[in-house]
This record gives sequence, structure tokens and C-alpha cells, in this order.
Amino acid sequence: MLEVDVFHRLGEFVLEARFASDGRVTALFGPSGAGKTSLVQALAGLLRPERGRIVVDEQVLFDHDAGIHVPPHRRRIGYVFQEGRLFPHLTVRQNLLYGRWFTPRAERREGLDRVVDLLGLGFLLDRRPGRLSGGEKQRVALGRALLASPRLFLMDEPLASLDAARKEEILPYIERLRDETGIPIVYVSHSVAEVARLASTMVLLAEGRVEAAGSVGAIMSRLDLIPLIGRDAAGAILEAKVVGLDRGTDLTILRTGAGDLYVPRLDLAAGTVVRVRVRARDVMIATRPQTDLSALNVLEGTVAEIAAVDGPVVEIRLDCRGESIVARLTRHSVERLGLAPGRRAYAVIKAIALDSPGLVASRSTLVPADAEESAP
Amino acid sequence: MLALFDLQPDEIVAIRLSLRVASWAVLASLPFGVLTALVLARRRFWGKGLLDTLVHLPLVLPPVVTGYALLVLLGRRGVLGAFLAQTFGIVFAFRWTGAALASAVMGFPLLVRAIRLSIEAVDRRLEAAAGTLGASSLWVFLTVTLPLILPGIVAGGILAFARSLGEFGATITFVSNIPGETQTLPSAIYTLTQVPGGDAGAIRLSIISVIISVLALMTSEFIARRVGERVSTP
Repeated sequence: MLEVDVFHRLGEFVLEARFASDGRVTALFGPSGAGKTSLVQALAGLLRPERGRIVVDEQVLFDHDAGIHVPPHRRRIGYVFQEGRLFPHLTVRQNLLYGRWFTPRAERREGLDRVVDLLGLGFLLDRRPGRLSGGEKQRVALGRALLASPRLFLMDEPLASLDAARKEEILPYIERLRDETGIPIVYVSHSVAEVARLASTMVLLAEGRVEAAGSVGAIMSRLDLIPLIGRDAAGAILEAKVVGLDRGTDLTILRTGAGDLYVPRLDLAAGTVVRVRVRARDVMIATRPQTDLSALNVLEGTVAEIAAVDGPVVEIRLDCRGESIVARLTRHSVERLGLAPGRRAYAVIKAIALDSPGLVASRSTLVPADAEESAP
Repeated sequence: MLALFDLQPDEIVAIRLSLRVASWAVLASLPFGVLTALVLARRRFWGKGLLDTLVHLPLVLPPVVTGYALLVLLGRRGVLGAFLAQTFGIVFAFRWTGAALASAVMGFPLLVRAIRLSIEAVDRRLEAAAGTLGASSLWVFLTVTLPLILPGIVAGGILAFARSLGEFGATITFVSNIPGETQTLPSAIYTLTQVPGGDAGAIRLSIISVIISVLALMTSEFIARRVGERVSTP
């Protein structure tokens, strides 16, 4: 459980954030300059807010009125920085053990062997950070934070300085930390893809304020927040379960609350829980059931909401058996089809649209640790 | 040619004394040097400019003035000198310890400058990272800051050592030129140039001075590079 209520001024910038979360992974989402980093620094104790209160797992880390400010080194918070911040004068092994050494013996929950195994670090132990690739550095940084047995992870855009391929390399390890250590994570990001893939709770920040906080699914299907999330990336999130592979068509069937979805073959076992992000731009709307279409996925629902916006583009939200689907249409189409709240409508989604990386994420996708590349 | 290396006993005494004085000057001033550099690099306080000036003063003052100031302060009848002699039994005047003190004062600006530069080059975000991993300020300093500024400390120490070997003006003013006690290499060379037939000895000691200085500089380069390789992030 995490409770944050802080007020802080930095020159012109005012951070005034208040939220609570008991999610496994809480995403702090927002554009750069929204105050995300200030907020995590306040959590870590690297920044002392002017006013407020911070509680992690019923332990008060900061309380202005009570005069409590636990110094960073006593907070037991595993901070993973954007740039890794490994100690250049220590080997990977020494870096990993650094925090553990300061952890009271009774509270050491993680052993070096397990962490090395979990993060695939075995072949790096005797190197110095200067000879690691960006992805390897971040994995060592994750391990170093984990070995300090933290009560909370703070990950401040840990993937921001990596290219797309390296991001895909690290994400499974973060998912492992989430699924196998049980330590809650505060994950800072401005990437909808990462948030949708990792987080359970989402705190939307803009200009130092919390614009919205709640489950990722609920936040992502709110039309009024789309300008903050970003038009291209916005879209509803569906929890789904893998039904199986249709051998004849080589398509995987996913069962969601809104109906079944067909996607090109996923190598996931039946019963695996996945999360599907249906981007608003990938959704077409029909007012009658369609059969002579190439698109495979047609979800029936009713129009729940049409965003009031100027300009040629409109977002609408469909209620499909209790689940939300967000579609992005031209105003022209909305008028031509006579769409209005309460009207029956069908969301049409190409299977191919769900085929991009990151749109379907299982709760534990793992890559074998030995399939790694390293810097020369 | 052979006569060049035929060192006289009193010349050997001067060489050994010089090395001892320089070593003590550097080792004893090192902790103060690191502390002063830390304060100048990291703290903001009233009078910081004054402290900075004071530290650098020996670099710009005529050495004789520095030596005279030491004599007035720490001589047997000096304000501090009398106190130290009576309370702790520490005497600087006309002792080799005084020569070491004069050398330390003269080398101090070089020592502090080198260490301060290396402290300012330390990535403070690494220190913050160490803090979040459970290290208190003292441990952060010992396990992160100190190893990272080691090249600067070594470089500063060797510079001060070399400066100390060449110290003449402040030393001769403060503790005079007593063979076996305060007569370091420069004083010995100076004395030899003042007596008839002293040329051979003066040249011998001069060459020895050059050799020691070159060795010191090479060692400094070597150590700084070795340590630098270890701590730098390419």
C-alpha cells in the first residue's frame, strides 16, 4: 500500500500530487516535465517536499506535520535509475552486492545466486560496468536494487535510454521481478505500451498534478484523458485468457469479456492470462453486423459516450458486455452513421492490428537467459 | 665522471632528510587536504572565498614571507609555538618537523587544487544511488566518493611531494639551514655554491634532485593512469 500526498515548489514548477495505490505495479504516467521524477525522488527521500506525507506499507517515510523525514539510506527503497548509475570502480558482482552489504542480516531476502539466475547475469559478474551494453547495465541495476531487499521498487524510466530491441530484452525481466518477488513497483514512464504491459494501477500526471488515478483499464478507456495519454497510443485494455490455437487457420483465440478475439498465432499455453491493448485508431465502427469483411474480430456493443471535440476527429467509447472499447473516427463518419449514445454498434478490429509487439502481453513472458548478446 | 656519484656522507644525509621531510609533509597534510577540498567543492558558507584565498596564498606569496609568517606564529616565542611547546611538547622551530611543516604549507595549494578538481568531477548521482542502497553519508564517502577521487589524491600528493623537495625560501627562513636537521637538498646545494670547491657536490646533488623529481612525476602518471582506468566510465 502506497499513500502519497506531497506539495513542492521548484522555481516556477509546482508539484501537488495526491494518490493512493495498492497495485502490484503503479505506473506514474505523464509527459516529460509532468513531475514524475520529482515525485519518485520524494518517495526515495532524495527530495524533501515542502509539505505532505508519504506512507509505504504502513511505514511513514515522510510527514511534514509530524517532522518525519526518513533519510534515503533508511527507506529500503530500490531505486532503478534511467541511466543505471552503476559504480564504475566496482565489478558487476561488487555492484550487485553493494546494497545487500548495508541490509541487516535478518532482512536479507534475496541471495546473489537467485538474483543472478533471475536476471541472467552469470556471465557478467567479473566485468566492470564500462564494458556492459545498455541493456546489461539496466539488468545489473535491477539486480543491485533487488539484492538490497527493498520494500518498494522505484523504476524511473528504466527503458528510456534503450532502443526498441533492448527494451524488449529488459521488459521480460521486469515482469519476472513483478511476478516472482512480490515487491510492489512504482514504474515511471511516458510510454503507454510499457504501462499497459506492466502496470495494474495508473497515476496520470500533468504539470505537477494528478489528473487521474485508478486501474489501468479504467484510465485507458476514459475519453477525456485521451489528449493526455496521446491520440496515437490511446486505446482500451482488455484482460483475456488464451483459449487455444485454431489449427486450421493458425490463429490464437483470446477470450475477453467483450467477446472472442482472433490474433495471429501466439506461442502461449491455453489458460494463460494476457492483456490486450486495442488502440483506438485500429478500431472501425459498423452499425450492422458485417460478414463480408476481411476483419476477423467484430465485437457487439452500444455507444456509451462520444467525446465532444472540435476538429475532424472524434473518439467514441463502446460498451461491449461491460467492457470498454475506444474507437477513433472522423466526425464525418460519426454523423453519417448517426452514432449517438445508446445506439447499437459493432467494433471491427483486424487481427493484423493486434499483431504488433507489445499489444498482447502475457502475465509472464520469459526469454531464456542464455539467448543474450553482450557488448564486445 | 666517477666523482659525480661519489656522494659525501653529509650529502647522503641531506638526500635522506629531504625525502623524509617531503614524505611527512605530504602524508600529514593529506587528510587536511581532502577535507579542505571537500569543503571548498561541496559546501556553501560565509567566508568560503576567504578560505580559498588563504589556501592559495602560499602559491603567490614570496616563500620568504610564508616562512617568516610561520616563524612569527610557530617559532619558540611565537603565539602558537609557545603554546604547542608548553602544552604538547611539539616544537617546530629549527627542527626537521619545522621543515616538513613549511613544505606542507607550500605544497598545500597544489594538493587541494588537484583533489578539489577530482571531487567536482564526481558524478553526484552515483552518491545518491549509493544512498538509496542503504549507505549512510560516511559510507557513501568511503565506498564511492573516495575511490572515485583517488586519482586526484595521488596526483595532488605527488605534486605536493615534488614541490616539497624543491622548497627553499620558506624552509630556510623558518628553520634555518642546519646540517642533519633542516638542511634539505636545496639548502645543501645553496650552501655548496657558497663555498670554494663546492661545485662538484652542488652538481651531484642537483642531478640527484632531477632524478628524484622525474621519478616522482613518472610514478604519479603511472598510478593516476592505473587508478583512472579502474574508475572511469567509457
